[in-house]
Amino acid sequence: MTTLTEKAPAQPAKSAVQQKVAASLARRHRQETLFRFTGLTAVMISLALVALLFINIFSKGLPAFWQASITLDIHFDPAILQISDKPVQQRGESDNAFRERDLAWRSEVGMINFNRIISDALMQVLPDADQHRRQVLRMVTSGERFALRDMVIDDPSIIGQTRRLNLLTDANVDVWLKGNIDRSLPDHQQQLSPIVRQWADELYASGVIQNRFSFALFMNPDSRSSLASAGLAGAFMGSLFMMLIVMLLAVPMGVAAAIYLEEFAPRNKITDLVEVNINNLAAVPSIVFGLLGASVFIGWFNLPMSAPVVGGLVLSLMTLPTVIIATRSTLKAIPPSIRQAALGLGASKMQTIFHHVLPLAIPGILTASILGVAQALGEAAPLLLIGMKSFVASVPATPFEQSTALPVQIFLWQGNELRNFFEARTSAAIIVLLTMMISLNGLAIWLRKKFERRW
Amino acid sequence: MKLNQLTKVALTAAALTLAFSAQAARDTIQVAGSSTVLPFSSIAAEEFGNNFAQFRTPVVGSGGSGGGLRQFCQGVGANTIDVANSSRPIRPNELANCHQNGVNQVIEVKIGYDGIVFASRIDAGDFHLKPEHVFLAQAAQVPQNGRMVANPYTRWNQIDSSLPNQEIILAIPGSNHGTREVYEENVILAGCNTFTEVQAMERSERNNFCLAMRTDGRIIEIAGDYTETLARLQAQRDAIGVFGLSFYESNRDRIKVATVSGVVPTIDNIIAGTYPVSRPLFFYVKGEHIGVIPGLQEFAEFFVSEGNAGFGSPLEEAGLIPLADNERAEVVQTIRSRTALKAQ
Repeated sequence: MTTLTEKAPAQPAKSAVQQKVAASLARRHRQETLFRFTGLTAVMISLALVALLFINIFSKGLPAFWQASITLDIHFDPAILQISDKPVQQRGESDNAFRERDLAWRSEVGMINFNRIISDALMQVLPDADQHRRQVLRMVTSGERFALRDMVIDDPSIIGQTRRLNLLTDANVDVWLKGNIDRSLPDHQQQLSPIVRQWADELYASGVIQNRFSFALFMNPDSRSSLASAGLAGAFMGSLFMMLIVMLLAVPMGVAAAIYLEEFAPRNKITDLVEVNINNLAAVPSIVFGLLGASVFIGWFNLPMSAPVVGGLVLSLMTLPTVIIATRSTLKAIPPSIRQAALGLGASKMQTIFHHVLPLAIPGILTASILGVAQALGEAAPLLLIGMKSFVASVPATPFEQSTALPVQIFLWQGNELRNFFEARTSAAIIVLLTMMISLNGLAIWLRKKFERRW
Repeated sequence: MKLNQLTKVALTAAALTLAFSAQAARDTIQVAGSSTVLPFSSIAAEEFGNNFAQFRTPVVGSGGSGGGLRQFCQGVGANTIDVANSSRPIRPNELANCHQNGVNQVIEVKIGYDGIVFASRIDAGDFHLKPEHVFLAQAAQVPQNGRMVANPYTRWNQIDSSLPNQEIILAIPGSNHGTREVYEENVILAGCNTFTEVQAMERSERNNFCLAMRTDGRIIEIAGDYTETLARLQAQRDAIGVFGLSFYESNRDRIKVATVSGVVPTIDNIIAGTYPVSRPLFFYVKGEHIGVIPGLQEFAEFFVSEGNAGFGSPLEEAGLIPLADNERAEVVQTIRSRTALKAQ
């Protein structure tokens, strides 16, 4: 640019217009460079922020996918496990009678102190354990006794045998071994007593405690009494049920509404009003749908609180306008020539739409539906209002059973009081949610690419 | 033909809706309320589910003592909660509200005790507080030489030279928390009433004067749970937060506690009664739901049982201060006889 302006006076005989252009050229070029630079900076800043978010979440969350677990030779001691035989349903026995006998047997097994089996096994590997008997069980998370109980309930023939099992260590042992608590802090600020910390270090060095992939994170429901076994299974099932309901309700209803509005409805004041309202609905904050769900579905229809069915209904309402708007714009984008050709050959309006327009609109509709479902999957605010932020320690088997959802689980873990353990766990849950969102969005892109038609 | 199918679909849909409404009989106990009681209640629920194969694991929600009791008092029926957790006793107006909505059987169950602590960041100064210090830090007006003046204090060492030279920022629980009531009762009012100027006031005026807070942003009311208070401390080094003792116990590497009137908040000191800011924790059972929601009575009894909430129990491990044996016997008696609270 500078060369241009320097050269300019050397050239002879310039018209007034040319001079004017030459004078403004530098300014216009400068403006363009400035604009490009601003745009690039905006892109860089937003990329940097996303990178920061991802680095932050991944650096915190990835270690939580591996969890300290201790390998023990658990001896199912017949002296401790004195139980009667597992009941078998006899001929002619009613289901109810059998269930009662089975329950009684289960409670009998439940009475057994499985902690003693665990501490007996721990005594084998811990040095000087008999001097610190009370501390021994701090190594293993308290929920593992139920895991052992369930093994006995599943297969009582295990009694008398010795099995090599990997048990999860206590959450605080995991925190200590991963260095999530400052290891140089004095005793009174540590969560574990000196002997337990020493044991943890020794067993980790000798390989008895190892960081193994945390299946608990995926297989278990949430837990508060045994923090190390807290997992996402309950929240995952809850989210899955809600997504299914959204797909079954919002997608067909939204698509049908869009087809009617776009292809059949007459253009008049009423349809204008409907259209304005749909656009407004899409802009309504999601928390409002939560309030609506709480008063209508729970208050009037007496649907259960904290249940995925209510969450699914609320999220369907929220997703509906998005699906309608996106489907309508897809239908609008189908060239009129297709419709005219079909009508010209004698097809009815209905045939035109269902045989010719809709097949072409399918990729757009699919994309819109998947994005709508993905949006519903990540939504937490309306669920908080219909009681889905409760602590649920079981995996729901039907949409009518209480459960949480993935985004709400993140919120709940974020509020857990053992920060050192749950900060990582929360980030791990975020990673799981993000992975699901990205795969859903990826699926949408793939479907669009696969079915895309150009004119 | 088409129409027939449509009618069928419509009929099925109607039948399903009816089925959902009739499905009102719920088999999972629903609990909600105080975030201080929440960890204890959740552990009790989980242990209950693990120990009683015939019942489903109860579901525990939060929402603060006030929020929980409001939900609890909404009425009787499967779409209302069965148990409300509270870190303070139910208020007479709340009980009246309950009775008005048909919840006449409100059974009060005391589960144990918890301390309220003042904690600061590990890298901040050491605090040795007295109730009057906290009052002087928080009040809108403070007594000085017989007159009430607008609160002039901005740093703790201006209140008392023994306190650190640190800016006054106090994160206290919001009014939806039961902790707030105990905090005001045992700290603010206790501190306020030590001043002769206040003692000279009319009884009715006293509370209003003592509880009026300064509005210059130094007092932060936290509506969420203790993690929010902790986040506040992490953002502002000088802030002091009000926590439950059990929360502090889980985060000893991040925060340290202040002594109150020279007493360190420990479980032993709270049992001995020397630490001044402790309170009983409760849950309320809806008597109308006993026998309707399976396992409700069993859950209440299990919650306060020696094995679950006594010394050496999972709840004590989580920071609950257990009831004395005679108190426990009394509580169990209340549950068994289903003794409901009476309107005052």
